[in-house]
Amino acid sequence: MADRAIMKGNEALAEAALRAGCRFFSGYPITPQTEVLEYLSWRMNEVGGDMIQTEDELTGLHMLLGASLGGARVLSTSAGPGFALFHEGLSYLCECEAPSVLVDVQRLGGGCGGISASQGDYEEVVHGGGNGDSQYIVLTPASVQEEVDLVQEAYELAEKYRNPVVIMTDAIIGQMMEGVTLPDMKEHDINKFDWAYKPLGANDTHGIQKAGWPSTGYDVYGPYRLKKFKDMHDNEQRWENVQVKDADVVCVAYGISSRVCKEAVKKARAKGVKLGLIRLITAWPFPEKAFAEINPNVKGLLVVEMSLKGQMVPDVKLATKCNLPVYTYLSCDVVPDSDMVVETAEAIIAGTAEEV
Amino acid sequence: MATKTFKIPEALEGLGSHGCCQGCGHGIAARIIYEVIEEMGLTKNCIAFHDLACGSNMLYAQKYHGFSGAHGRAIPTATGFKRTRPDMLVFSYAGDGATYSIGMQHTVHTAMRDENITAIVINNTNFGMTGGQMSPTSLIGQKTTSSPAGRTKELNGNPVDVVKLYTDMDIAYLARGAVDSVPNINKTKNYIRKAFAKQMAGEGFSFVEILAPCPTNWGMTPAQSLERMQNEVFKKYELGEFIERSAK
Amino acid sequence: MLKEIICAGFGGQGIITTGILISYCAFETGSQFTWYPSYGSEMRGGTANCTIKISDEEIASPLAKDIDILVGMSGPAIDKFIDSLRPGGYLFVNSSLVTGRTYREDINVVEVDTEELAKEADNPKGANMVMIGALVKHTGIMTLEGCGEAINKYFTEHGKAKFNEANQRALKIGYEKC
Repeated sequence: MADRAIMKGNEALAEAALRAGCRFFSGYPITPQTEVLEYLSWRMNEVGGDMIQTEDELTGLHMLLGASLGGARVLSTSAGPGFALFHEGLSYLCECEAPSVLVDVQRLGGGCGGISASQGDYEEVVHGGGNGDSQYIVLTPASVQEEVDLVQEAYELAEKYRNPVVIMTDAIIGQMMEGVTLPDMKEHDINKFDWAYKPLGANDTHGIQKAGWPSTGYDVYGPYRLKKFKDMHDNEQRWENVQVKDADVVCVAYGISSRVCKEAVKKARAKGVKLGLIRLITAWPFPEKAFAEINPNVKGLLVVEMSLKGQMVPDVKLATKCNLPVYTYLSCDVVPDSDMVVETAEAIIAGTAEEV
Repeated sequence: MATKTFKIPEALEGLGSHGCCQGCGHGIAARIIYEVIEEMGLTKNCIAFHDLACGSNMLYAQKYHGFSGAHGRAIPTATGFKRTRPDMLVFSYAGDGATYSIGMQHTVHTAMRDENITAIVINNTNFGMTGGQMSPTSLIGQKTTSSPAGRTKELNGNPVDVVKLYTDMDIAYLARGAVDSVPNINKTKNYIRKAFAKQMAGEGFSFVEILAPCPTNWGMTPAQSLERMQNEVFKKYELGEFIERSAK
Repeated sequence: MLKEIICAGFGGQGIITTGILISYCAFETGSQFTWYPSYGSEMRGGTANCTIKISDEEIASPLAKDIDILVGMSGPAIDKFIDSLRPGGYLFVNSSLVTGRTYREDINVVEVDTEELAKEADNPKGANMVMIGALVKHTGIMTLEGCGEAINKYFTEHGKAKFNEANQRALKIGYEKC
């Protein structure tokens, strides 16, 4: 029976991962993701899995690699500076085709920064991923319930493509509490994959020799990877469109900012301003298809993001082939304000806002 | 008179085009590791986690399970795997550079956790694959491509000895062998056997360092490199068994 | 109808738990809610606070600029948030600790002698229950019955059903006497 509960985003994510059959976690404490680690430090034991508090974040990912190659469903989570250390392992997880789920609970600023919310890791997470041509799906939950739902989906996607999947959330979604419905506990069979390392039978004449480079040679690897990237790109775009068909201005946002924009749409519509919203559920692949549904006479797109650079802007411009004017409402250390979103939309309609 | 026929372990197919240099110690180490595995009946129930560089040459010789991950990370990758499949024999195989430089945190923390895996370290006192740079175990005075005038404490810091590093570690097994001579090779093989047996009995972390020659980067003939081991390397790095915890 | 609430006080006064209980009551009585904690060093010994939003509809940001209800368990906490109260809003003052103050005239002030009433309910650790009782009565954001059942359920689920009776006594006394 599905359970209803009130939980913090981070704890709900951890519980949902276990219910998806995850039995291996390795990670390091860092605010604002520490609740995941703390929760799993007792809960993982209850479900018979392994939880290792590692010497640093990059160790965590290499442990994940080993556990994933053994066929397990695995999880590691971090935030900002810790996710920066993930990139070595992330590249290996991609290269070795090791299904895995990683989480970045974004926090403020570069360097150490601060522990409050931010969306400043977008470029790093969405377009980063370590050295080489690594690419992975990035999911962006906007509620505690969606943390639960997307973790489940992340494991399916990770195994479908034999690739890591990253959940990019933020300090607010991670630490806020909401009501959730949790799915039933699922057991995962570590022997179900033919690619996983497992004891060989007496009649097996060969095992697996895998490495951080393709055993097939790059001539085979190239076309294979291209197809994988294209399949992920074409098939896995996810988004939620809110009143975009007649909108004069369409917000583009994810996570905490998208919640504010949703409220702004209501406020704007109440006063006759036709505002809409494209809420990303995947940041990679960027939901280009979402833009086909918007009013062709829209006056502008408004990127609302808790970052200083407007990190999503290039993706929005590419998705619209630079055919639509793009504006921004950016914030640092402050959650965007729905009244300000409406004001900015009004300025766009009035022609007084500045394009980027 | 009885004759003994030399036989390569079934799990090794030969090093092929990615072979080691003449006089390298890796080949002997690989052979005795897989001889032990075969003797223990674990050929098809084991996996090797190799480091990069010379350590990963063994991957190409392997018929059964092997994996080569990131430089310095063989031990954590082996850890993650072992937690998932605790019934298999799991060992890491890496050099002194990987183990005591880039992966030093794992060398320390895996021992702290007393993780039930075996780490095998080939110590040839330099970074071999990249052309013989100074490593954490290069001796004081040793000339390398990154310490051309010879290693000094002032410029380069002191070398590290894992036996001293692990003084306070509560682990199942720690030994240091060498592949310079038949008696030492036989002893080393026995250390590996003990380490694997302890792992299969679930006794905790076992660690075997194997001193090996690197004639190419030492700028010596294979014979000279063995002499250097005996005259210089063994004086710094003592051979023997240092930790042997009785079964819990 | 959206209600925005801040619970604030010293660390160790059960502020976070009070906020969680209010949230849980909202959840169990069929409302949407968000709960968001204060950060970092504030959570360790200094002031502690959390923000709760309750609504029939989807809630946007869990943070609040302006609030309808302030549960002030200490003087500094009241100083910090009293200006955020909307005119007509409610300030619940822990008068066991904070006395002799005058407040804005455009808000409703309810003084709750949490410690004394908790003792009267034979539940000396029930100060936060007393406060929730008072809050339910004056703001009407949920029914006393619904809230009482939710709190019992919460404690039962957390293996603390033995406190249920004492909790209900404290809740009721807060409701009746404030």
